Amino acid sequence: MVQDRESDDSRLVDAIRRREPGSFEHLVRRYGARLLATGRRILRDTQLAEDCLQETFIKAFDKLDMFEGRSGLGTWLHSIMVNQALMKLRKDKPGRLEQIDDLMPQFDSDTCRIEAPWSYLATPDELLEQQQSRQLVQSQIEQLPENYRIVLQLRDIEEHDTATVAEILGITQGAVKVRLHRARAALKALLEPLLRGEEMP
Amino acid sequence: MTSLGSRFMRKMKGAMLSWMPGMLTCMEFEIFLIDYMEGTLPAGQRRVFEFHIKICRECREYLAAYRYTIELAGRAYDDGSAPLPDEVPEDLVKAILAARNC
Repeated sequence: MVQDRESDDSRLVDAIRRREPGSFEHLVRRYGARLLATGRRILRDTQLAEDCLQETFIKAFDKLDMFEGRSGLGTWLHSIMVNQALMKLRKDKPGRLEQIDDLMPQFDSDTCRIEAPWSYLATPDELLEQQQSRQLVQSQIEQLPENYRIVLQLRDIEEHDTATVAEILGITQGAVKVRLHRARAALKALLEPLLRGEEMP
Repeated sequence: MTSLGSRFMRKMKGAMLSWMPGMLTCMEFEIFLIDYMEGTLPAGQRRVFEFHIKICRECREYLAAYRYTIELAGRAYDDGSAPLPDEVPEDLVKAILAARNC
């Protein structure tokens, strides 16, 4: 299946390079919806995501000669889309956390973890039944600094594997894993009152 | 337990986890956690990691909340309130094609 998709993709790239009628449209239709979904998740704005999609395909068309086929066509397009979206996000930076060091796990001088006892831990099923908690989870994810949120989005929400996330973001797999862990740990700290059944601040 | 007693117990625990063979400290557990969640921790290290979960209340409860956090993040957006597109709107496809005369 993967091989079929790859040979299909490379035929499509050749066709676009030869300016075959309909080939670019085929590319837009094949990958557009998935890229648009990614843009909407990053930007939380349909119009901005659509602008971003347009810029992504224009860029992809202009840079197609630089596509070497080392990563899949979908991953390559994804990487352009994510970078375009991040640039837009930087231009219009809302009030997010600037750093997450205070949210990292704590250890004492004997290297033992400091973790207040969990007498109650709400399950995801319980929490997601209520629209209000669902929105709280979304708003806490959106508070994360963008370089953490983007890794969490690509890995835990869109469920790309670590290698693909590394290719999309142009960083090493080790860096993806470390950033992902910090994002999850920070989010756990932000969600702690909700998970403990307490009032969120 | 008095806070003095509990500090003593934590010291003992820290020393046991640091020095006894086949044990991990909580800080090492944190480093292993990344590969454990990826499913890439070698079998021997996985056994040590899982043993730590059994004997350390703090890491066991931390891990439970951490797992729920990942699940919550993964499912938070699939409520159908803002459905993701199945296809690109037709006018947007036309605009993209027009921009490059395709």
